[in-house]
Amino acid sequence: MTATEVLVTRGTKPPRAKRPPRAKTPHKGAIAVFAGPFGILFLLFYLLPIGYAVWQSLLVVERDGLYGEPKEVFGGLTQYIQVFQHAPFWDSVGRVLLFGVVQVPVMLGLALIFALLLDSPVLKGKRFFRLAFFAPYAVPGVIAAIMWGFLYSPNLSPFTGLTQSVDFLSPEMVLWSIANVVTWVFVGYNMLIIYSALLAIPGEVYEAARLDGAGQIRIAWSIKIPMVAPAIILTAVFSIIGTLQLLAEPQVFRSFSSAVSSTYTPNMTIYATSAVPNPYLAAAFSVVLALATCILSFAFLKLTQRKAEQ
Amino acid sequence: MSLLTRTQGATTDAPRARGPREHIVSRVGALLIMGVFTLYFLVPIWWLFIAATKDRGQLLTTNALWFADWNLFANIGDLISYGDGIYLRWLLNSLGYAGLGALLATVFAGMCGYALAKYRFPGREVFFNVVLGGVLVPATALALPLFLLFSQVNLTNTFWAVLLPSIVSPFGVYLARIYAASSVPDELIEAARLDGSGEVRTFFTVSTRLMAPALVTVFLFQFVSIWNNFFLPLIMLRSQELFPVTYGLYAWNTQLNQIPELRTYVLVGAFLSIVPLIIAFLLLQRFWRNGLGTGSVK
Repeated sequence: MTATEVLVTRGTKPPRAKRPPRAKTPHKGAIAVFAGPFGILFLLFYLLPIGYAVWQSLLVVERDGLYGEPKEVFGGLTQYIQVFQHAPFWDSVGRVLLFGVVQVPVMLGLALIFALLLDSPVLKGKRFFRLAFFAPYAVPGVIAAIMWGFLYSPNLSPFTGLTQSVDFLSPEMVLWSIANVVTWVFVGYNMLIIYSALLAIPGEVYEAARLDGAGQIRIAWSIKIPMVAPAIILTAVFSIIGTLQLLAEPQVFRSFSSAVSSTYTPNMTIYATSAVPNPYLAAAFSVVLALATCILSFAFLKLTQRKAEQ
Repeated sequence: MSLLTRTQGATTDAPRARGPREHIVSRVGALLIMGVFTLYFLVPIWWLFIAATKDRGQLLTTNALWFADWNLFANIGDLISYGDGIYLRWLLNSLGYAGLGALLATVFAGMCGYALAKYRFPGREVFFNVVLGGVLVPATALALPLFLLFSQVNLTNTFWAVLLPSIVSPFGVYLARIYAASSVPDELIEAARLDGSGEVRTFFTVSTRLMAPALVTVFLFQFVSIWNNFFLPLIMLRSQELFPVTYGLYAWNTQLNQIPELRTYVLVGAFLSIVPLIIAFLLLQRFWRNGLGTGSVK
């Protein structure tokens, strides 16, 4: 404490100009105390692992003869060539893309409808609905998947009539059964994001529209939705990221359905590869997946921005 | 647009604009849609609760959505005593990882966001932009890289392997910076300086109080993301004494075919583990809205 106090008194003595001079930074000690811990942790547990994974992905293991000591040597892009020839990995990428193309619009569409209804004067009992719809977000993905896994199973489900006529865990259906679990957990969360954005629209905007004779649906379509577009884009980007990173739900579903292989999603492929163990190839998968995630969410942002400008 | 400006004066202090009495059809329609989806969202949780109150025989033979014999407390007793009380251990682990992790993450993110908002220093914007990039990196994408790194220093399969990566919250820094910039006045810090208070003391005694809503939000977000993070424990941990409750229940669930009696424990354990979370969520909903609102403004 004393050290910083000394620093402060020194800093306050001369009459301070509005903008501190470029050369000297006042309160250096305090800044280091405040930003230092996070900076170091961010370096250690964000930047360093990413850098290390990139480095590992460039290594290969070589042996001297058949029984020689294995040793790591620099292999350039060898692992990446493997990644691009790895059919199960690309199958898993295709699977989550298909999943995302269907699930993300459905989930966000529902979230938008619920948010608009919560914001409209026609609905009673808003508080209750808000709480009820948000409650599933408190359920961790693993637990939600276990729960729905039982609900889908032909003998345990309360809806035996349905589960015995439709096999939710069959190879054709299981992807959509998982999509339902993800939707169930996240609709309420996305609804709240959009709803908060709706609440931020000043009331007089609607008053003007109403004087023009616009009905609720017209107001929602022409005023509310365009004004909350940034919030919708935000939820879309986070949903795209989440879809590519899908892991917990399908991993749990392996216990319920043999149709879910150990390489069902990209992250499951990474996990399975690291368990082999082949850390070098797993690292290369990780790097490719992270890049794909960045590119996809960035491209989506750019695309929607361009559309907004038109 | 001219209409807008003309009516502005008349409506600014009126409550949120409400139209004329809406048609009865749209009222009923709205209620119907919301009602159907309330069932969709709540019936699975209700089913889990009912299942947790039944013994093994009745689970399959009685109405799945209504009570049979009340067996909840006996089930909980069995669950807690199974495997030398491993379930309680998992719950405590989860509380430890999420509680301690979120607390430390909030302190570090709060301090860093405050520094970014209230001090000028070279490289500030670069630093902030790198951290912002971190917001877009999901926790699952870091799990394998962290595992590779931790195995270099022999720290996998330890408490630290899950705790340490959890105390970094780039989103927390972002939120704390935005909130500190708008809620902590420069004059106040200056006044504290004139009173001879050190920068660090000013932060902990004055600024944190003003930033409290944002800090609670950061804590909540981080708590939930640690509690829900599955990949990190899955890849890091081997000994079941270190598992968080989600991983523990997952592990039981994978053994159902060999040990069928685990099914009751999985169901009761799943129910017991989400009850405190749901209650905490509903009580603290105000803070969620806070954080979600700030997140979507930008």
